[in-house]
Amino acid sequence: MAERRGLICITCPMGCQLDVLFDPQTGRVLEIEGHGCKRARSYAQKELTNPTRMVTTTVRVRGGMWPLVPVHTAAPIAKSAIFPLLRELRQVEVQAPVRCGQVILANGAGTGVDVLASRDLPAMDIVSLRNICVGRANVLNRGARRDR
Amino acid sequence: MRRDVAVIGGGPAGLAAAIGARERGAHHVLVIERAEELGGILPQCIHNGFGVEVFGEDLTGPTYAQRYIDRASELGVEALLDTTVLEVSGWRRITATNRRNGILEIEAGAIVLAMGCRERPRGTLGIPGTRPAGVYTAGTAQRLVNMEGYMPGERFVILGSGDIGMIMARRLTFEGARVERVLEIQPFLSGLMRNYVQCLQDFDIPLQLSHTVVDIRGDRRVEAVVAAEVDPNWQPIPGTEELIPCDTLLLSVGLIPENEVSRQAGVELDGATGGPYVDERFQTSVPGIFAAGNVVHVYDLVDDVSHAGDIAGASAAEFALGRREEPTRRVRLRAGENIRYIAPQVLDPEGLRRGAQRLQMRVRRPIEAPVYLRVETRRRNRRKKGEVLVRRGLRYVRPGEMVSLTLPESVCSQVREADELWVSVEERGG
Repeated sequence: MAERRGLICITCPMGCQLDVLFDPQTGRVLEIEGHGCKRARSYAQKELTNPTRMVTTTVRVRGGMWPLVPVHTAAPIAKSAIFPLLRELRQVEVQAPVRCGQVILANGAGTGVDVLASRDLPAMDIVSLRNICVGRANVLNRGARRDR
Repeated sequence: MRRDVAVIGGGPAGLAAAIGARERGAHHVLVIERAEELGGILPQCIHNGFGVEVFGEDLTGPTYAQRYIDRASELGVEALLDTTVLEVSGWRRITATNRRNGILEIEAGAIVLAMGCRERPRGTLGIPGTRPAGVYTAGTAQRLVNMEGYMPGERFVILGSGDIGMIMARRLTFEGARVERVLEIQPFLSGLMRNYVQCLQDFDIPLQLSHTVVDIRGDRRVEAVVAAEVDPNWQPIPGTEELIPCDTLLLSVGLIPENEVSRQAGVELDGATGGPYVDERFQTSVPGIFAAGNVVHVYDLVDDVSHAGDIAGASAAEFALGRREEPTRRVRLRAGENIRYIAPQVLDPEGLRRGAQRLQMRVRRPIEAPVYLRVETRRRNRRKKGEVLVRRGLRYVRPGEMVSLTLPESVCSQVREADELWVSVEERGG
């Protein structure tokens, strides 16, 4: 017997409301309605068998302009791995400066997916901070100071 | 100092404008930014979902900002950080201040306003109750958690189903907090559906539509809020009150374009958007002053903000270099049936000769059925019948999701004849 389920596609901001007919035994999608593009089918298929999500969070930084650096998984990971990954990342601390795309944690929570830095994070040293942040020599008021 | 183009605000709109201006030949482009770094709100929006349109990639907010910051540096865009603009004159003279330079006077060939928007605070909601600690706007909480490393509480109620509120519900859950409830006064979601799925549904965070907070309890710190169901006029229904124990209330109840500086410059504002009236090249009512991004109207997607910034920056460069063709005629765009606002509000018919023009709008109320979006011409002489220029079928319309419509080049001659263009939503088969 086929089963019917309503899903909302999260592939893009459109958020298409899908009506999915699937085989509950195998999770195989038989029919799909309400989709605006072909990506909905693979989303629905994944959502019914092995739902995955991108994970974004922060990790601690020593000596950085901010005490945290934002990070993201290089690819979506299984939903069940989200909280184990977050627990693992809570133990991680990196040293500034951090470069955007730098590997912060390899093979996060055993998923085979790396966790990467989402931005450059300059060291607290203000002059270099201004250089990296705003790009080389074009900050006019170099030396402006943060009150923190 | 003198600059070809000065951009006020270094967020996504301002960065795209600065890049756009440099790419179109403006030599000296300056971004004036109040914060210590460029990027605007993006550095605190650590979630993904940015850049799908512009880069064809799913990026986080900080990464999206990083790309624009890197590009701006490559092009030699200058930045004044930690600098507040105090005043802009109609003659394009900017007065700004920072700790190092004291007071700065900047003469600009053209200005792009890109100050973004601010969150609607508690004071505008009229929630009764005490004034304890523990009431934050969602964006403030986002900054505390994602950048400064503080948790504002342990047990949360979120008022408003805007995107930032839903994203914060997930974020706080990730950081070990408990989110008791998301309450939305309207009978529909105000943010994007995908955020409902991946931020609330995934973590079993309950959402209650047609509900609001009617009381905040607590002496020094929030101890509980009282929620109640509301009727269609947003009036609480007696007998539906529920006490929800919590220590923090987050407000995600709307954004307001930030236009204090625009007003001083004499820029005319649209009551419906809260931002300047702009033409299709994003020029405001003051020649040489352009505006882009959330300062004009609040967008859903940063990709669209960057697109607007690029056009505004390019137009500002043209103006500064004396290459802008001033419009000979201006056609007003009007919001008709079920349209809350439309931007741009003014269109130069000759603009259509240069290419198709994108219109962006929001509807007043949701229609969960196929509709047509219709643009028709009107003449001041009412006896002349208007013509329908464009009719676009949509599967639904929702106030939380901005609608775009493109006016093709082919309608140029009809727009030339028109005095106004009316945009409306029409129910199909109705």
